[in-house]
Amino acid sequence: MKKVYGSAAEALDGLLFDGMTIAAGGFGLCGIPELLIDAMVESGVKDLTIASNNCGVDGFGLGKLLDTKQIKKMMSSYVGENAEFMRQYLSGELELEFNPQGTLAERMRAGGAGIPGFYTKTGVGTVVAEGKEVKNFRGEDYILEEGIFADLSIVKAWKADTTGNCVFRKTARNFNPPAAMCGKICVMEVEEIVQPGELDPDHIHLPGIFVHRIIQGEHEKRIEQRTVRKREEA
Amino acid sequence: MPWDRNQMAARAAEELEDGMYVNLGIGIPTLVANYVGDKEITLQSENGMLGMGPFPYEGEEDPDLINAGKQTITELPKTSYFDSSMSFAMIRGGKIAAAILGAMEVAENGDLANWMIPGKLVKGMGGAMDLVAGVGRVIVVMDHTNKHGESKVLKECTLPLTGKGVVDRIITNLGVLDVVEGGLKIVETAEGVTEDELRAATEATIVG
Repeated sequence: MKKVYGSAAEALDGLLFDGMTIAAGGFGLCGIPELLIDAMVESGVKDLTIASNNCGVDGFGLGKLLDTKQIKKMMSSYVGENAEFMRQYLSGELELEFNPQGTLAERMRAGGAGIPGFYTKTGVGTVVAEGKEVKNFRGEDYILEEGIFADLSIVKAWKADTTGNCVFRKTARNFNPPAAMCGKICVMEVEEIVQPGELDPDHIHLPGIFVHRIIQGEHEKRIEQRTVRKREEA
Repeated sequence: MPWDRNQMAARAAEELEDGMYVNLGIGIPTLVANYVGDKEITLQSENGMLGMGPFPYEGEEDPDLINAGKQTITELPKTSYFDSSMSFAMIRGGKIAAAILGAMEVAENGDLANWMIPGKLVKGMGGAMDLVAGVGRVIVVMDHTNKHGESKVLKECTLPLTGKGVVDRIITNLGVLDVVEGGLKIVETAEGVTEDELRAATEATIVG
Protein backbone atom coordinates (compact mmCIF):
# COMPACT_ATOMS: atom_id res chain seq x y z
CA MET A 1 0.00 0.00 0.00
CA LYS A 2 1.40 3.31 -1.06
CA LYS A 3 1.57 5.87 1.75
CA VAL A 4 3.73 8.55 0.11
CA TYR A 5 1.87 11.35 -1.67
CA GLY A 6 3.18 14.13 -3.88
CA SER A 7 1.69 17.14 -2.13
CA ALA A 8 -0.37 18.19 0.89
CA ALA A 9 -3.45 18.70 -1.31
CA GLU A 10 -3.09 15.19 -2.79
CA ALA A 11 -2.61 13.68 0.66
CA LEU A 12 -5.79 15.33 1.95
CA ASP A 13 -7.83 14.48 -1.16
CA GLY A 14 -11.09 12.78 -0.22
CA LEU A 15 -10.54 13.17 3.53
CA LEU A 16 -11.98 16.61 4.21
CA PHE A 17 -15.63 17.42 4.92
CA ASP A 18 -17.45 20.31 6.57
CA GLY A 19 -18.09 19.86 10.29
CA MET A 20 -15.30 17.33 10.78
CA THR A 21 -13.10 16.92 13.86
CA ILE A 22 -9.34 17.19 13.42
CA ALA A 23 -6.50 16.53 15.87
CA ALA A 24 -3.42 18.61 15.12
CA GLY A 25 0.11 18.20 16.47
CA GLY A 26 2.41 21.02 17.56
CA PHE A 27 3.09 23.24 20.55
CA GLY A 28 2.97 26.94 19.76
CA LEU A 29 4.58 27.03 16.31
CA CYS A 30 6.97 24.18 17.13
CA GLY A 31 6.33 20.95 15.25
CA ILE A 32 3.15 22.13 13.53
CA PRO A 33 1.95 20.61 10.23
CA GLU A 34 2.45 23.83 8.25
CA LEU A 35 1.95 22.34 4.80
CA LEU A 36 -1.25 20.48 5.66
CA ILE A 37 -2.69 23.58 7.33
CA ASP A 38 -2.00 25.61 4.17
CA ALA A 39 -3.71 22.95 2.08
CA MET A 40 -6.73 23.03 4.39
CA VAL A 41 -6.97 26.81 3.94
CA GLU A 42 -6.89 26.25 0.16
CA SER A 43 -9.56 23.53 0.36
CA GLY A 44 -12.11 25.86 1.95
CA VAL A 45 -13.36 23.10 4.30
CA LYS A 46 -15.33 24.73 7.11
CA ASP A 47 -17.13 24.35 10.47
CA LEU A 48 -14.07 22.52 11.77
CA THR A 49 -13.59 21.31 15.32
CA ILE A 50 -9.87 21.24 15.99
CA ALA A 51 -8.13 19.66 18.97
CA SER A 52 -4.76 21.37 19.26
CA ASN A 53 -2.88 22.75 22.25
CA ASN A 54 -2.72 26.22 20.65
CA CYS A 55 -4.18 27.79 17.54
CA GLY A 56 -0.96 29.06 15.98
CA VAL A 57 -0.34 32.81 16.06
CA ASP A 58 -1.97 35.62 14.14
CA GLY A 59 -1.55 34.79 10.47
CA PHE A 60 0.54 31.62 10.87
CA GLY A 61 -0.13 27.96 11.58
CA LEU A 62 -3.72 27.24 12.61
CA GLY A 63 -4.12 31.03 12.96
CA LYS A 64 -4.60 31.04 9.17
CA LEU A 65 -7.75 28.93 9.54
CA LEU A 66 -9.03 31.39 12.15
CA ASP A 67 -8.52 34.29 9.75
CA THR A 68 -10.62 32.54 7.11
CA LYS A 69 -13.28 31.60 9.70
CA GLN A 70 -13.02 27.91 8.83
CA ILE A 71 -12.94 26.87 12.50
CA LYS A 72 -16.15 26.46 14.50
CA LYS A 73 -14.64 25.11 17.69
CA MET A 74 -11.21 24.75 19.29
CA MET A 75 -10.23 22.28 22.00
CA SER A 76 -7.09 23.88 23.44
CA SER A 77 -5.21 24.71 26.61
CA TYR A 78 -3.77 28.06 25.64
CA VAL A 79 -5.03 31.13 23.79
CA GLY A 80 -2.27 33.60 24.70
CA GLU A 81 -0.14 35.22 21.99
CA ASN A 82 -2.98 34.99 19.48
CA ALA A 83 -5.10 38.16 19.39
CA GLU A 84 -7.55 36.89 16.75
CA PHE A 85 -8.15 33.67 18.72
CA MET A 86 -9.00 35.67 21.84
CA ARG A 87 -11.13 38.14 19.87
CA GLN A 88 -13.21 35.45 18.15
CA TYR A 89 -13.70 33.64 21.47
CA LEU A 90 -14.68 36.72 23.48
CA SER A 91 -17.07 37.89 20.72
CA GLY A 92 -18.74 34.48 20.64
CA GLU A 93 -17.80 33.74 17.00
CA LEU A 94 -15.67 30.77 18.04
CA GLU A 95 -16.48 28.00 20.49
CA LEU A 96 -13.62 27.15 22.78
CA GLU A 97 -13.42 24.12 25.02
CA PHE A 98 -10.59 24.71 27.46
CA ASN A 99 -8.66 21.55 28.19
CA PRO A 100 -5.77 21.40 30.64
CA GLN A 101 -2.69 20.59 28.59
CA GLY A 102 -2.06 17.19 30.11
CA THR A 103 -5.73 16.28 29.88
CA LEU A 104 -5.77 17.21 26.19
CA ALA A 105 -2.68 15.09 25.52
CA GLU A 106 -4.10 12.13 27.45
CA ARG A 107 -7.52 12.48 25.77
CA MET A 108 -5.76 12.13 22.41
CA ARG A 109 -3.59 9.24 23.56
CA ALA A 110 -6.59 7.50 25.11
CA GLY A 111 -8.69 7.91 21.97
CA GLY A 112 -5.86 6.46 19.92
CA ALA A 113 -5.45 3.59 22.38
CA GLY A 114 -9.14 2.64 22.31
CA ILE A 115 -9.86 4.04 25.77
CA PRO A 116 -13.13 6.04 25.78
CA GLY A 117 -12.62 7.63 29.19
CA PHE A 118 -10.25 7.97 32.13
CA TYR A 119 -10.21 9.64 35.55
CA THR A 120 -7.81 12.44 36.43
CA LYS A 121 -7.16 14.75 39.38
CA THR A 122 -6.46 17.62 37.00
CA GLY A 123 -9.19 20.27 37.16
CA VAL A 124 -11.02 18.97 40.23
CA GLY A 125 -12.82 21.91 41.88
CA THR A 126 -12.45 24.16 38.80
CA VAL A 127 -14.70 25.06 35.85
CA VAL A 128 -13.07 22.21 33.94
CA ALA A 129 -14.88 19.75 36.24
CA GLU A 130 -18.35 21.23 35.59
CA GLY A 131 -20.77 18.61 34.30
CA LYS A 132 -18.24 15.79 34.60
CA GLU A 133 -18.60 12.65 36.68
CA VAL A 134 -16.58 12.72 39.91
CA LYS A 135 -15.32 9.48 41.43
CA ASN A 136 -13.39 8.93 44.61
CA PHE A 137 -10.34 6.65 44.49
CA ARG A 138 -8.25 5.99 47.63
CA GLY A 139 -9.78 9.02 49.36
CA GLU A 140 -9.26 11.53 46.55
CA ASP A 141 -11.66 12.93 43.95
CA TYR A 142 -11.02 12.44 40.23
CA ILE A 143 -13.04 13.59 37.21
CA LEU A 144 -13.98 11.59 34.15
CA GLU A 145 -12.46 12.81 30.90
CA GLU A 146 -13.26 11.31 27.51
CA GLY A 147 -10.88 10.08 24.85
CA ILE A 148 -10.78 12.09 21.60
CA PHE A 149 -11.73 10.18 18.46
CA ALA A 150 -10.95 12.49 15.54
CA ASP A 151 -11.93 12.09 11.88
CA LEU A 152 -8.45 13.13 10.83
CA SER A 153 -5.02 13.71 12.37
CA ILE A 154 -2.60 16.20 10.86
CA VAL A 155 0.91 15.95 12.28
CA LYS A 156 4.54 16.76 11.55
CA ALA A 157 7.60 14.58 12.11
CA TRP A 158 11.27 15.02 11.24
CA LYS A 159 11.89 11.85 9.21
CA ALA A 160 9.69 8.97 8.19
CA ASP A 161 10.33 5.89 6.12
CA THR A 162 7.93 5.04 3.32
CA THR A 163 5.92 2.80 5.67
CA GLY A 164 5.31 5.65 8.12
CA ASN A 165 7.75 4.68 10.87
CA CYS A 166 8.96 8.06 12.05
CA VAL A 167 11.18 10.06 14.33
CA PHE A 168 10.64 13.52 15.73
CA ARG A 169 13.28 16.08 16.55
CA LYS A 170 13.79 17.64 20.01
CA THR A 171 10.73 19.46 21.41
CA ALA A 172 8.97 19.37 18.03
CA ARG A 173 7.63 15.96 19.12
CA ASN A 174 5.17 17.41 21.69
CA PHE A 175 1.53 16.65 20.75
CA ASN A 176 2.35 14.96 17.45
CA PRO A 177 2.40 11.29 18.59
CA PRO A 178 -0.86 11.44 20.61
CA ALA A 179 -2.54 13.55 17.90
CA ALA A 180 -1.42 11.05 15.25
CA MET A 181 -2.87 8.15 17.22
CA CYS A 182 -6.39 9.50 17.76
CA GLY A 183 -7.51 10.08 14.16
CA LYS A 184 -9.29 7.56 11.93
CA ILE A 185 -6.79 8.63 9.28
CA CYS A 186 -3.43 10.25 10.01
CA VAL A 187 -1.68 12.43 7.46
CA MET A 188 1.92 13.26 8.31
CA GLU A 189 4.29 15.79 6.81
CA VAL A 190 8.04 15.34 7.24
CA GLU A 191 11.27 17.03 6.32
CA GLU A 192 12.72 13.88 4.82
CA ILE A 193 11.33 10.56 3.61
CA VAL A 194 13.80 7.67 3.78
CA GLN A 195 13.72 4.02 2.74
CA PRO A 196 12.72 1.25 5.20
CA GLY A 197 15.84 0.17 7.09
CA GLU A 198 17.40 3.61 7.17
CA LEU A 199 15.86 4.39 10.56
CA ASP A 200 17.00 2.22 13.47
CA PRO A 201 13.94 0.12 14.47
CA ASP A 202 14.90 0.63 18.12
CA HIS A 203 14.73 4.40 17.68
CA ILE A 204 11.31 4.75 16.05
CA HIS A 205 9.18 7.21 18.05
CA LEU A 206 5.86 6.35 16.38
CA PRO A 207 5.33 3.10 14.45
CA GLY A 208 4.00 3.38 10.92
CA ILE A 209 0.76 1.59 11.81
CA PHE A 210 -0.53 4.97 13.06
CA VAL A 211 0.40 6.82 9.85
CA HIS A 212 -1.64 6.48 6.64
CA ARG A 213 -0.39 9.17 4.28
CA ILE A 214 2.98 10.94 4.18
CA ILE A 215 4.29 13.99 2.38
CA GLN A 216 7.69 15.60 2.33
CA GLY A 217 8.24 19.35 2.01
CA GLU A 218 10.05 22.53 2.96
CA HIS A 219 9.08 24.01 6.33
CA GLU A 220 9.38 27.63 7.38
CA LYS A 221 9.62 26.61 11.08
CA ARG A 222 8.97 30.11 12.36
CA ILE A 223 10.36 30.94 15.84
CA GLU A 224 7.82 32.49 18.21
CA GLN A 225 10.13 33.89 20.92
CA ARG A 226 13.74 34.27 19.86
CA THR A 227 15.74 34.35 23.10
CA VAL A 228 19.55 34.31 23.13
CA ARG A 229 22.45 34.88 25.51
CA LYS A 230 25.59 36.88 24.94
CA ARG A 231 28.84 35.09 24.21
CA GLU A 232 31.35 35.61 27.01
CA GLU A 233 34.28 37.81 25.95
CA ALA A 234 37.27 35.67 24.99
CA MET B 1 12.78 47.66 50.44
CA PRO B 2 10.55 44.96 48.92
CA TRP B 3 12.31 42.32 46.83
CA ASP B 4 12.60 42.92 43.08
CA ARG B 5 11.94 40.21 40.48
CA ASN B 6 15.43 38.81 40.69
CA GLN B 7 15.48 38.76 44.49
CA MET B 8 12.13 36.94 44.50
CA ALA B 9 13.57 34.40 42.04
CA ALA B 10 16.68 34.00 44.21
CA ARG B 11 14.52 33.41 47.28
CA ALA B 12 12.44 30.85 45.38
CA ALA B 13 15.65 29.05 44.33
CA GLU B 14 16.37 28.42 48.03
CA GLU B 15 13.30 26.13 48.03
CA LEU B 16 15.02 23.72 45.65
CA GLU B 17 17.13 20.84 46.85
CA ASP B 18 19.92 18.91 45.21
CA GLY B 19 18.62 16.19 42.88
CA MET B 20 15.14 17.65 42.36
CA TYR B 21 13.16 17.52 39.13
CA VAL B 22 11.41 20.88 38.90
CA ASN B 23 8.99 22.69 36.59
CA LEU B 24 9.26 26.48 36.34
CA GLY B 25 6.37 28.59 35.06
CA ILE B 26 6.51 31.58 32.76
CA GLY B 27 7.67 35.02 34.02
CA ILE B 28 9.51 35.44 37.33
CA PRO B 29 9.61 31.64 37.88
CA THR B 30 11.77 31.30 34.75
CA LEU B 31 14.40 33.49 36.44
CA VAL B 32 14.74 30.96 39.28
CA ALA B 33 17.03 28.88 37.05
CA ASN B 34 19.65 31.65 37.32
CA TYR B 35 19.96 31.18 41.08
CA VAL B 36 20.24 27.43 41.71
CA GLY B 37 24.03 27.67 42.14
CA ASP B 38 25.80 24.34 42.63
CA LYS B 39 22.62 22.35 43.23
CA GLU B 40 21.96 19.60 40.70
CA ILE B 41 18.46 20.59 39.55
CA THR B 42 16.81 19.09 36.46
CA LEU B 43 14.31 21.43 34.84
CA GLN B 44 11.27 19.94 33.16
CA SER B 45 9.57 21.78 30.33
CA GLU B 46 6.05 20.43 29.86
CA ASN B 47 6.19 20.65 26.08
CA GLY B 48 8.40 17.56 26.28
CA MET B 49 11.88 17.94 27.75
CA LEU B 50 13.83 17.10 30.88
CA GLY B 51 17.16 18.82 31.41
CA MET B 52 16.51 22.26 30.01
CA GLY B 53 19.64 24.28 29.22
CA PRO B 54 20.18 28.06 28.96
CA PHE B 55 19.22 30.31 26.03
CA PRO B 56 21.30 29.63 22.89
CA TYR B 57 24.05 31.90 21.63
CA GLU B 58 22.92 34.24 18.90
CA GLY B 59 22.83 32.38 15.59
CA GLU B 60 22.41 28.99 17.26
CA GLU B 61 18.65 29.18 17.83
CA ASP B 62 16.83 25.99 16.85
CA PRO B 63 13.11 26.27 16.01
CA ASP B 64 12.68 22.64 17.12
CA LEU B 65 14.00 23.42 20.60
CA ILE B 66 11.80 25.63 22.75
CA ASN B 67 10.50 25.75 26.31
CA ALA B 68 6.88 25.98 27.45
CA GLY B 69 7.08 29.78 27.11
CA LYS B 70 7.96 29.21 23.41
CA GLN B 71 11.45 30.66 23.98
CA THR B 72 14.44 29.18 22.18
CA ILE B 73 16.60 27.18 24.59
CA THR B 74 19.42 24.58 24.50
CA GLU B 75 19.90 20.99 25.60
CA LEU B 76 22.35 19.52 28.12
CA PRO B 77 24.20 16.18 28.12
CA LYS B 78 21.51 14.77 30.44
CA THR B 79 18.56 15.99 28.34
CA SER B 80 15.75 13.70 27.24
CA TYR B 81 12.81 14.46 24.94
CA PHE B 82 9.34 12.90 24.97
CA ASP B 83 5.81 13.57 23.79
CA SER B 84 3.15 15.58 25.63
CA SER B 85 1.30 12.57 27.07
CA MET B 86 4.56 11.22 28.54
CA SER B 87 5.35 14.71 29.84
CA PHE B 88 2.11 14.89 31.77
CA ALA B 89 2.47 11.30 32.91
CA MET B 90 5.47 12.45 34.93
CA ILE B 91 3.64 15.60 36.11
CA ARG B 92 0.32 13.95 37.01
CA GLY B 93 2.12 10.86 38.25
CA GLY B 94 3.88 12.80 41.00
CA LYS B 95 7.42 12.41 39.65
CA ILE B 96 8.12 16.17 39.59
CA ALA B 97 9.20 17.35 43.06
CA ALA B 98 8.08 20.96 42.77
CA ALA B 99 6.50 23.55 40.51
CA ILE B 100 7.19 27.27 40.83
CA LEU B 101 4.37 29.24 39.23
CA GLY B 102 3.12 32.79 38.84
CA ALA B 103 -0.39 33.76 39.99
CA MET B 104 -3.12 36.35 39.62
CA GLU B 105 -4.65 35.47 43.03
CA VAL B 106 -3.92 33.05 45.88
CA ALA B 107 -6.29 32.36 48.77
CA GLU B 108 -5.61 31.42 52.38
CA ASN B 109 -6.89 27.87 51.78
CA GLY B 110 -4.31 27.33 49.01
CA ASP B 111 -6.65 28.02 46.09
CA LEU B 112 -4.81 29.35 43.05
CA ALA B 113 -6.11 31.45 40.13
CA ASN B 114 -3.75 32.19 37.25
CA TRP B 115 -5.40 31.49 33.92
CA MET B 116 -8.20 33.91 33.06
CA ILE B 117 -10.16 37.06 33.86
CA PRO B 118 -13.70 36.44 32.59
CA GLY B 119 -14.68 38.69 29.70
CA LYS B 120 -11.32 40.46 29.67
CA LEU B 121 -8.23 38.34 29.47
CA VAL B 122 -8.13 34.75 28.34
CA LYS B 123 -4.76 33.06 28.46
CA GLY B 124 -5.72 29.49 29.13
CA MET B 125 -4.48 27.19 31.84
CA GLY B 126 -1.83 25.53 29.68
CA GLY B 127 -0.24 22.90 31.89
CA ALA B 128 -0.85 24.72 35.17
CA MET B 129 -3.93 22.70 36.24
CA ASP B 130 -2.06 19.44 35.68
CA LEU B 131 1.01 20.73 37.51
CA VAL B 132 -0.82 21.88 40.63
CA ALA B 133 -2.79 18.61 40.72
CA GLY B 134 0.26 16.39 40.37
CA VAL B 135 3.58 17.78 41.58
CA GLY B 136 4.96 17.31 45.09
CA ARG B 137 5.09 20.94 46.15
CA VAL B 138 3.51 24.08 44.63
CA ILE B 139 5.31 27.36 45.22
CA VAL B 140 3.78 30.60 43.96
CA VAL B 141 5.97 33.58 43.12
CA MET B 142 4.15 36.87 42.46
CA ASP B 143 3.81 40.52 43.47
CA HIS B 144 1.91 40.86 46.72
CA THR B 145 -0.49 43.47 45.30
CA ASN B 146 -1.87 44.30 41.86
CA LYS B 147 -1.20 47.51 39.97
CA HIS B 148 -4.10 49.18 41.85
CA GLY B 149 -2.42 48.35 45.16
CA GLU B 150 -5.01 45.67 46.02
CA SER B 151 -3.91 42.47 47.74
CA LYS B 152 -3.50 39.38 45.58
CA VAL B 153 -3.29 37.26 48.75
CA LEU B 154 -6.97 36.83 49.52
CA LYS B 155 -9.47 35.15 51.82
CA GLU B 156 -11.10 33.68 48.72
CA CYS B 157 -10.14 33.84 45.06
CA THR B 158 -12.52 35.87 42.87
CA LEU B 159 -11.20 34.55 39.53
CA PRO B 160 -11.76 31.07 38.03
CA LEU B 161 -9.51 28.60 39.84
CA THR B 162 -6.51 26.74 38.49
CA GLY B 163 -6.58 24.42 41.47
CA LYS B 164 -8.32 24.05 44.82
CA GLY B 165 -6.21 23.94 47.96
CA VAL B 166 -3.04 23.29 45.99
CA VAL B 167 -0.55 26.01 47.04
CA ASP B 168 2.04 25.17 49.70
CA ARG B 169 4.13 28.35 49.84
CA ILE B 170 3.77 31.93 48.55
CA ILE B 171 6.82 34.07 47.81
CA THR B 172 6.03 37.72 47.08
CA ASN B 173 7.97 40.97 46.90
CA LEU B 174 7.13 41.47 50.59
CA GLY B 175 7.99 38.08 52.04
CA VAL B 176 7.25 34.37 52.34
CA LEU B 177 3.98 32.81 53.57
CA ASP B 178 2.96 29.19 54.10
CA VAL B 179 -0.55 27.82 53.70
CA VAL B 180 -1.42 26.23 57.06
CA GLU B 181 -4.52 25.18 58.98
CA GLY B 182 -6.78 28.25 59.36
CA GLY B 183 -4.88 30.65 57.08
CA LEU B 184 -1.39 31.78 56.19
CA LYS B 185 1.69 31.79 58.37
CA ILE B 186 4.46 34.33 57.87
CA VAL B 187 7.75 32.53 57.26
CA GLU B 188 9.86 35.63 56.72
CA THR B 189 9.64 39.19 55.42
CA ALA B 190 11.77 40.79 52.74
CA GLU B 191 14.68 42.79 54.13
CA GLY B 192 13.39 46.17 55.31
CA VAL B 193 9.72 45.07 55.21
CA THR B 194 8.04 44.76 58.62
CA GLU B 195 5.51 42.10 59.59
CA ASP B 196 2.96 44.88 60.05
CA GLU B 197 3.53 46.08 56.48
CA LEU B 198 3.14 42.51 55.20
CA ARG B 199 -0.09 42.05 57.19
CA ALA B 200 -1.45 45.39 55.94
CA ALA B 201 -0.91 44.33 52.33
CA THR B 202 -2.57 40.95 52.91
CA GLU B 203 -6.33 40.40 52.78
CA ALA B 204 -6.03 36.75 53.81
CA THR B 205 -6.14 35.62 57.45
CA ILE B 206 -2.68 35.43 58.96
CA VAL B 207 -2.35 32.97 61.81
CA GLY B 208 0.31 32.63 64.50
